[in-house]
Amino acid sequence: MKQVYNPRMPSLLRRWPVVRQLIDRTDGTGDDAMTDRTRTLGVRTAGASVARSVCPYCAVGCGQLIFHRDGKLESIEGDPASPISEGRLCPKGAATYELLTHAARATRVKYRAPFASDWQDLDPETALDMIADRVWETRARGFVAERDGLPLMQCPTIAHLGGATLDNEENYLIKKLFAGGLGMVAISNQARI
Amino acid sequence: MPGLGTTFGRGGATTSQQDLVNADAILIIGSSMAEAHPVGFRWVVKAREKGALVIHVDPRFSRTSSMADLWAPIRAGSDIAFFGGLINFVLANDLAFREYVVAYTNASVLIREDFKGPDELEGLFSGWRPDARSYDTTTWQYDRDDEGRPRRDPSLKHPRCIYQQLIRHFARYTPEMVERVCGIPRETFLDLARRYVERSGPDRTGTICYAVGLTQHSVGAQIVRSAAILQLLLGNVGRPGGGVLALRGHASIQGSTDIPTLYDLLPGYLPMPMAGPESATLSRYVVRYRQQAGLWAHFDRYIVSLLTAWYGPGGREHDFGFGWLPRISGDHSHQGYWLEMADGRMDGLFVMGQNPAVGAPNAALERRALAKLKWLVVRDMVEVETATFWRDSQEVRSGETSPDRIGTEVFFFPAAGHAEKNGTFTNTQRLLQWHEKAVDPPGDCRTDAWFVFHLGRRLKAKAAQDSHPANAGLRALTWDYPTPGPHHEPDIEAVLREINGWTVGGREQLRGFSQLAADGSTACGCWIYSGVYPGAADNRGRDREAKGAYGHGWGWAWPADRRILYNRASARPDGRPWSEAKKLVWWDERAAEWTGLDTPDCARDNPDALPFVMHDDGLGWLWVTSGLRDGPLPTHYEPLESPAANALYAQQTNPAADRRERPDNPWAASPDPDYPHVLTTYRLTEHHTAGGMSRTLSHLAELQPELFCEISPELAITAGVANGDRVHVITARGRVQARALVTSRMRPLVIDGRTVHQVALPWHFGPGGLVSGDVVNDLIAISEEPNVKIMESKALTCRIHKVPGPRS
Repeated sequence: MKQVYNPRMPSLLRRWPVVRQLIDRTDGTGDDAMTDRTRTLGVRTAGASVARSVCPYCAVGCGQLIFHRDGKLESIEGDPASPISEGRLCPKGAATYELLTHAARATRVKYRAPFASDWQDLDPETALDMIADRVWETRARGFVAERDGLPLMQCPTIAHLGGATLDNEENYLIKKLFAGGLGMVAISNQARI
Repeated sequence: MPGLGTTFGRGGATTSQQDLVNADAILIIGSSMAEAHPVGFRWVVKAREKGALVIHVDPRFSRTSSMADLWAPIRAGSDIAFFGGLINFVLANDLAFREYVVAYTNASVLIREDFKGPDELEGLFSGWRPDARSYDTTTWQYDRDDEGRPRRDPSLKHPRCIYQQLIRHFARYTPEMVERVCGIPRETFLDLARRYVERSGPDRTGTICYAVGLTQHSVGAQIVRSAAILQLLLGNVGRPGGGVLALRGHASIQGSTDIPTLYDLLPGYLPMPMAGPESATLSRYVVRYRQQAGLWAHFDRYIVSLLTAWYGPGGREHDFGFGWLPRISGDHSHQGYWLEMADGRMDGLFVMGQNPAVGAPNAALERRALAKLKWLVVRDMVEVETATFWRDSQEVRSGETSPDRIGTEVFFFPAAGHAEKNGTFTNTQRLLQWHEKAVDPPGDCRTDAWFVFHLGRRLKAKAAQDSHPANAGLRALTWDYPTPGPHHEPDIEAVLREINGWTVGGREQLRGFSQLAADGSTACGCWIYSGVYPGAADNRGRDREAKGAYGHGWGWAWPADRRILYNRASARPDGRPWSEAKKLVWWDERAAEWTGLDTPDCARDNPDALPFVMHDDGLGWLWVTSGLRDGPLPTHYEPLESPAANALYAQQTNPAADRRERPDNPWAASPDPDYPHVLTTYRLTEHHTAGGMSRTLSHLAELQPELFCEISPELAITAGVANGDRVHVITARGRVQARALVTSRMRPLVIDGRTVHQVALPWHFGPGGLVSGDVVNDLIAISEEPNVKIMESKALTCRIHKVPGPRS
């Protein structure tokens, strides 16, 4: 709707929607109902960087656009170009931004000593050193190289669970190190069939 | 996996979600697709708008049912009786797609004379060994001539041919029997059968969609096989709008079986070597598993290339490192080793992105087992119940135990989320999609790749100092990924390049698995993924230019970017499409090659190629001679806990399934007056699995704030329960409290003349998060289906009581 310019009308009064509708003879449902602020609003992701991603929940594999700026997440939206999801996300997929940014997200390595009643903080590198020691000691004690004169090469006292929520590359490294390197056989994830 | 794997050759969905739009009929069973896979369900809705018939078979009337043309209520756990009824309907009325069946399945093959079926043996197949509780499969084999070729009767009339075996085996799965066993009125069943089957043929196709409602049973693999048999008989495999679509529940659950964090497989579905003489050396192992023809004829290339990727080049003199691989020697599955843990025989455990304290069957047993460990490492985005079991488990809160009595040392590592790391997920249609890292993870959060890589680096350093022969494989293990950036995260593209494979000499990326060699000159981490990274800077998982009806150019589907598996079956034996409406791949006479709308799933230059390329005979297997431990054909057995006797056979339950019965994993009788109702569980749209990715999020928690159980108005009257009342749901294992949701969406069924009620609960809740609730999996038993050791969590028995006291 084109606005009528009336130089005699004070600008503040002219911006009052009722006056504007009277002057413009519109019904108040079009552009004329907008404030200037609304009129100049842009998408909040304008100028943000965008990463092409995939929803981390179920296995439909909806495309996601991850908007970020200055190292901070700004918004996660459905990717309209995805031939599977065509821009849509379900309630879980639409909650992905919160999944990554919510207050209860854990951000520190924690350690609970035997019989302790609380966590304590631990430096990640120290924690990795301690775990490597545990693995090495447990494996050395339990390793079975042979049975009935035939190779077994098994570390039967350490187990692993998980993988269906991880990346293929992570599953690959887990299987390679735990089975191929350490001889672990008790390796499982959410999948069965 | 073996349900589809043994029948078709590969353990993956045969089709894509978008292809549903080409279907004339869609049968959804064992899944509430609209609720658990809402965005995938768009393609069902689109198909329906184009005129497709949508059928939903499920214990609950859900939002999926409301969008369907037909809903049939079914007793949980009776699915083989249902599919057997459909198969019988097709065979008894001569409605199979005969030309397809004769050309592309093993229907014409004769079975040995000494085979006997469940009709003759009270529900068992011949070869049952009661002491070993397993089958000797000798009698299930093909009848072969003097040169070893299977005898055939293309007329399908010979009484011992597989087609006639099917007719006899499924003859007792009548509409009346379906009504007795499943509770589906025979008129409803016949209407459903007629309408689904008439939408298959040369110019029409139907798809079956399923999820874990079909698989989490003591006959799970055989249920899926019964769906696959129906689709083969109707000519619905490898064609547009046809197939079997397995709907998976985690972002990369398909990927985690392709590259398996599973005990019995190596990447690309190569079996883990077994303890004993048959896999003592690489050559024996290859002899054991290599086939004469089909893609498994090159088994040696896949395993040698994998070993070369893991243990480096130059391994020929030490069997490429085959001797360093661990041998499997028992039940190392999740439930199998967890019971060992419960008995104090496991010292350490890593849990990454899974929450068994809530999500595993008999979760109370699983939590108690965690307290028997010496050390536990949990990696997740929040402190899931598995990480905090020592202080807030039900057992601690009830006073059964306390932190000062739990000696397990626990390490918790905060994990990076998908937006904070590079990598690929493989979705439900075998599509690898790369997700780009957007930002750095906060605080100490790191990727699982970072954790495994740096743990491996430390362990390799220890191995370098320790010359014990047990460490030879670890010392040789290739572990030299670049670690750029301040957090020294391993370069994930380098890992994917290794998975794809390269030439050892020139480090040139392989274009596909056809380039693999068995002499150590190629390295490849997962042969079925070869082709995803075919050039030094060509990551096909990153591709984002979708073209054509099948989305080629967007991501990369294994194998070889084939979007519809077995698509050579979309053409007649002479190479012409069955119909113009259903053309997909065809033989181009002039170019002398297969061509079409999809990448042909066969040898491009062979006009005589058959569709099921993983099988040595190129055929779909209606009858399976090996690979399944509970029969060459699906047979209805009652769930391990059931309110009914088996109406079809004297044998009540799958004889090869294992209840793992023990004091901490008890079972009710079948039937049991204390547990008269069927218990089943399901997912909500607003929560995800054991809640680790949903119960801490405010929007999702607000949308589904509380555990409830769905019961019918009739059961509510019997139990004296009103809508909104608090009830206890009780099984032989445990008890949970839930709010009663009394709804006519649940319907009592008449099973064998008796009214049977079903009780359905979502299983996402636990003590942690913004919304908490009892752990429904405390009700579920540990049990093992014989092929994949899956638990029967979708059909057990329970009773319900109103909790005394005021309503709120």
